[in-house]
Amino acid sequence: MISNSAKPIIEIKNVEKRFGSVTALDGVTLDIKEGEFFSLLGPSGCGKTTLLRIISGFDFPTSGSLYIGGEDMAEVPPNLRPTNMVFQSYAIFPHLNVAENVGYGLKKLKLPKAELERRVNEALALVDLKGFGPRESHALSGGQRQRVALARALIMQPKVLLLDEPLSALDKKLRDAMQIELRRLQQTVGITFVLVTHDQEEALIMSDRIAVMFDGKVSQLDTPEKLYRRPANRRVASFIGVMNFIPAKVVSSNSKSLVIDITAIGKATLDADEQYAAGADITVGIRPEMLTILYSETADDKDSFAATVNARSYYGDMTYYDVRINDTNIHATISMRNTAGRPVLAPGAKTRVSWRPDSFTIIANV
Amino acid sequence: MEKSSRSLLTYVLVYLTFLYAPVFLLPIFAFNDSAIISLPLSGFTFDWFLMLWQTKALHEAFYNSMMIALISASLSTTLGIFAARATSRFEFPGKRGIVGFLMLPLVLPEIIVGVALLVVMIQLGLSLSAWTVVIGHVLVCTPFAIAILSSAFNSFDISLEEASLDLGVNKIGTFFRVILPMVAPGIISSFLIAFTISLDEFIIAFFLTGTDATLPVYIWGQLRFPARLPSIMALGFLMVLLSLLLLLVAEYFRRRSTQFSANSSASNESIL
Amino acid sequence: MANSSEISYLQQPAKRTFWSIPKAYQDSARGYFLISPPLLYSLVMLAAPLVLVVLLSLWTQNYLELDRTITLKNYVEAVTEPLYGLLISRSLMISGMVTLATVILAYPIAYYVAMFGGKRKSMWLLLITIPFWTSYLIRIFLWKVILGYNGVINGSLMGLGLIEEPLTFILYNANAVVLTLAHAWAPFAILPIYVSLSRIDKSLLEAARDLSDNAFQRFFRVTLPLSMPGVVAACLIVFIPTVGDYVTPKLLGGTDGLMIANMIQIQFGKANNAPLGSALAVVAMFIVAAISISFVLLTRRFLKTKG
Repeated sequence: MISNSAKPIIEIKNVEKRFGSVTALDGVTLDIKEGEFFSLLGPSGCGKTTLLRIISGFDFPTSGSLYIGGEDMAEVPPNLRPTNMVFQSYAIFPHLNVAENVGYGLKKLKLPKAELERRVNEALALVDLKGFGPRESHALSGGQRQRVALARALIMQPKVLLLDEPLSALDKKLRDAMQIELRRLQQTVGITFVLVTHDQEEALIMSDRIAVMFDGKVSQLDTPEKLYRRPANRRVASFIGVMNFIPAKVVSSNSKSLVIDITAIGKATLDADEQYAAGADITVGIRPEMLTILYSETADDKDSFAATVNARSYYGDMTYYDVRINDTNIHATISMRNTAGRPVLAPGAKTRVSWRPDSFTIIANV
Repeated sequence: MEKSSRSLLTYVLVYLTFLYAPVFLLPIFAFNDSAIISLPLSGFTFDWFLMLWQTKALHEAFYNSMMIALISASLSTTLGIFAARATSRFEFPGKRGIVGFLMLPLVLPEIIVGVALLVVMIQLGLSLSAWTVVIGHVLVCTPFAIAILSSAFNSFDISLEEASLDLGVNKIGTFFRVILPMVAPGIISSFLIAFTISLDEFIIAFFLTGTDATLPVYIWGQLRFPARLPSIMALGFLMVLLSLLLLLVAEYFRRRSTQFSANSSASNESIL
Repeated sequence: MANSSEISYLQQPAKRTFWSIPKAYQDSARGYFLISPPLLYSLVMLAAPLVLVVLLSLWTQNYLELDRTITLKNYVEAVTEPLYGLLISRSLMISGMVTLATVILAYPIAYYVAMFGGKRKSMWLLLITIPFWTSYLIRIFLWKVILGYNGVINGSLMGLGLIEEPLTFILYNANAVVLTLAHAWAPFAILPIYVSLSRIDKSLLEAARDLSDNAFQRFFRVTLPLSMPGVVAACLIVFIPTVGDYVTPKLLGGTDGLMIANMIQIQFGKANNAPLGSALAVVAMFIVAAISISFVLLTRRFLKTKG
């Protein structure tokens, strides 16, 4: 939905932020494109919230610059920025009712009463809160508060809507529903959304692009699929889902492909855009669902290896196995969907496991 | 568990009797038809209230006290707003020390405050008046104002202010449209508490009052004359009613001020 | 809802504003700016006068004239004259007893409200504070009525035939002062203890129970130590001001219940010796401060646990 040529609405250039001796942001450079749903994903303390507060104007960078819509924001206070925020706590004004909350920012436009009312109702309808205007704000549920916060921000027609962990206060079921709804809402209004979250699933579901941050730096910026399938390094790979890391040796390498010998598994030919020295030690990664248990000790799939079940965790729809590969000390985690007629293996069970060369990805050792 | 809480409750009730003993006696002697404050009781009378109505010196003292309380409460609440806003939103070196210094009158014997201001007035050759009492009362009331207002300022989420700025309203607008409405109940409550404290304060007023006696100073003077005592009881009774009214209003507003807060535990921790 | 004609105010040209100053400096500057009115007031109206009191105590009064040569004469007199020593040590004794009595009597009340108050905590606290909105002077005077020769206690006891002569040891002495002050300062002891008790995480008590402490052990090993900050605060809040109490000893103390504040008042009043009065005030303040600080230092072990 977002073409690569879309122009950036937010340009962050080499932004650093220090609080005393603590470095919260350590030289972040990234562009956010107009109309995209962009997520800043990372563990707590990675700097994602600081970056969002710098975009919104509540914090200013120690060095570096920020442009929104091509304008330098260095000296623009939050009330004059074309951004609006949905706060983690929602920050619904408790002394105002729902309509007064939603219309709060429009008051300075001095609109005629009817026009103000029309816009407030329109904004409330957008978030499925038709008729909630006269309600007292402290009587709202968590989900309703979030919708009010959304309406209150969207009514300002910002160029960018900032969302600070907007779903973290909701229970699991409501969160799942809101993920879909936020995505739908973003596509309806066409405004750039910037979401801060520590929940990788949430980021994967909603975003067009995700910046994964660690220690004040962007570790990888990519589409959800690329991030999952081809994580740039161990930290990204482990933060987003589970990944098996297996040492390997380069057999031969040219500009297009790479032949490696994966420890305990065997030779594989991978697509590569980088060249490696023959004999170099590298690490490859593979996701648990990319390995397939064959439930047979004798299957003669070409790309398969023998495995012994070491432990298993039963999740209902899935079973996760920890297996030892070819009687070596190398372990792998494999997930299998519990489809009809498929057995659940007990620890000690022996089986063969099949794999495909293109399921492996090279992991930088960072 | 049940048993221990029940015996504790018995103790609580005995203790409350101790606390309320003087208060219960007040209306009894205020309406007792005898010039001597002692048991047994004689009859019922409104005479002592009538006597209050006819005592001109009392009316002046009452007027002085009301004016002093009004001004002291306004000033100490204003100072309290500054201090509470400063401490609840900003970090600055020496903050703890400064706050400790501002709260000092809370643990300073009132006689010291009275003596210190008296010395200044004498040395500067200034005459004592209702204003010198106001100066002392503001010192004593400000710590209470700070305590009440700090809990009001602290009890709301800073993101409410940020949300207002984020929605395009500047700092001044935010102060009037968000901060003030949120802390208004705390301000009223602080004002009423300070008013009540000033109205009842004796020692500082005793040291610093000039010719304009305050109500407690007037009462102190009357305690020496046994004949005046029953009417003082009547006066005391009226003052309890007034204080209770103020207290209930203050409590009502204090609760409103904390009902907004996310952490309801704060609501029980006012200095009151 | 996309209709962008009215949002131009969002894009006003930026000027160099307060916002571009680093936030830490901004915070300090605004903090100092805001705190300055109350701070200045206290400096001018409290700190400066206190300094002047110290200065005055170093001068001497020659009948109507004030001799401004610096001398320690007043302090020598304050320390050597047995009457002043007696008044100060009596003040400290009485205040110490008041503090002990008030805090011990108040603790169970605070405990009850914090642990068993349930949803009616605020009501209990209100109930406790209501008596203290009676005029302070009149309240003290009413204790005189209760404790007096023909007072409520003697009247009731004689009426019941329990005694034949009125009891005299209950008024015009230190006992009367202690009892009355323990009443007067009750809420100032109850509230801080209540606050620290109510901050105790209930799961800590459950954990102690789980680790097989009985109710008694739970109280002494968990509740009491965790409520110590409140107890220490209560002690200081009661002790310090009562040392300087004037009204209660004057009304109820008789001659052997008079305290140092009464003497300070006499020096400023009848005796017309403000420098000596100042010296007495400074000495009293110094001793009280020394006692309070050592008390805090001694109880520091308990205060580290920020309940």
